[in-house]
Amino acid sequence: MTATRDEVFAKLCELLQPFNANKVDLKGSTDISTDLNIDSVSVMDFIMEVEDHFDIDIPLNVLSETRTIDELGTVVTGRLKGK
Amino acid sequence: MADLFDKHRGIAERFQRMLAMGVNAVGVTNEKVLSPTRAIINGRETILAGTNNYMGITFDADCIAAGKKALDDFGTGTTGSRIANGSYSLHGELEAELAAFLGRKHCIVFSTGYQANLGMLAGLAGPKDTIFLDADSHSSIYDGCTLSGARLVRFRHNDAADLERRLKRADDDGGGRLVVLEGIYSMMGDRALLADFVEVKRQHGFQLLVDEAHSFGVLGPNGRGLADEAGLEADCDFIVGTFSKSVGAIGGFGAGDHPLFETLRYAARPYMFTASPSPTSAATATAAVRKLATEPQRRQRLAENSQRLHAGFRALGLDLGCDEPSPVIAVKCSDEVSTIAMWNALLAAGVYVNIALPPGTPGKLCLLRCSVSAAHTPEDIDRIIELFSEVVAGQAAHLKASA
Repeated sequence: MTATRDEVFAKLCELLQPFNANKVDLKGSTDISTDLNIDSVSVMDFIMEVEDHFDIDIPLNVLSETRTIDELGTVVTGRLKGK
Repeated sequence: MADLFDKHRGIAERFQRMLAMGVNAVGVTNEKVLSPTRAIINGRETILAGTNNYMGITFDADCIAAGKKALDDFGTGTTGSRIANGSYSLHGELEAELAAFLGRKHCIVFSTGYQANLGMLAGLAGPKDTIFLDADSHSSIYDGCTLSGARLVRFRHNDAADLERRLKRADDDGGGRLVVLEGIYSMMGDRALLADFVEVKRQHGFQLLVDEAHSFGVLGPNGRGLADEAGLEADCDFIVGTFSKSVGAIGGFGAGDHPLFETLRYAARPYMFTASPSPTSAATATAAVRKLATEPQRRQRLAENSQRLHAGFRALGLDLGCDEPSPVIAVKCSDEVSTIAMWNALLAAGVYVNIALPPGTPGKLCLLRCSVSAAHTPEDIDRIIELFSEVVAGQAAHLKASA
């Protein structure tokens, strides 16, 4: 599966919308937890959607170093290459 | 430089909003405890329906006598860890009692239920292993997973097919694989679909740990938990449990048949670097576990009470956490403010239940959570139903859409 960084970013934003109750404008630098003001369980639920959409694993322990949408995009593209 | 408390300002504001609505719902004080089902709260006698005191064993005369004897014989505290400061004979007696009750070769006691999960998970799994955990797992499981340093893969709640997908997808890096389930999930009261998961285990091979915190003493013909009820104990490699619910003390345990199980005593940091269970807790737990074996009528009464409350709530049209009765019965509410208001109204009317709010709940749910006790009388249960009828069912928003 190949996807460009832009495609991954667009998809991540789309998957994030149901969790974005405050309708924050999503940018690459948006912090998924603090900028969107969503709790830890919601972050994990969002990651589950990302995993299933791209059919990849994103172990929870990777998340502690992944805060922004761009950082998550890097993880996703890395995992896609590894497939 | 940031104030370290800056990150908690949101929590502080949320707490103040709750206080402004009435009683501190997450810090209720029992001024006097009259029985397993009654306490004085805010100066008035209140029915307790949120204690997890499933067997109603906390005032059992034999357990109290055992605790008093331990206090006389061994003193108030153990003042150290079993590794550094030695064990008390009470610890070994409790472990032997539990192993016999569970039909397991080995059992290790921990100082709290929280530490039992921390110790078992961090003792079993390491950085080269992968833990697959149910999305609705208790925080002690999440924290134990984090402490282990293992890769953590979360699967959709009670969905064995989703676990299978994730097992197939995960890198086969040669490390161990541990799957973690709960006998009864603490917020919604639903059981793990154990047979489905065991089927996946038979096909894919992993080691399975079941946390029976809310089901130990409660489920199964022998009271050993969900694995006992489902007839699948041989497929469950490790059992975790707590003394703070059906056993009416403080502490927890891990049990299993693996020949190297005892090495966890020298590998599990939450066992090694904390004080051992107090003499009174160890002695009352031993007495209570004996009662779980010899007094099955407690289990029977608990099941009857659970069914009565579940059926009563259903008849009110309340939207419940799960369809199958268990001692954990959660009522789904529409939003945080109305849940806090109803919780206050219930307490003022004379019944204490738990309030459970996100992120402590699955799916952002706001819950009024009841836990049933064998010590409740049918009249207690009916009174709880009556109060929910007045306080909760009156608000149409909390009724099940299909009802």
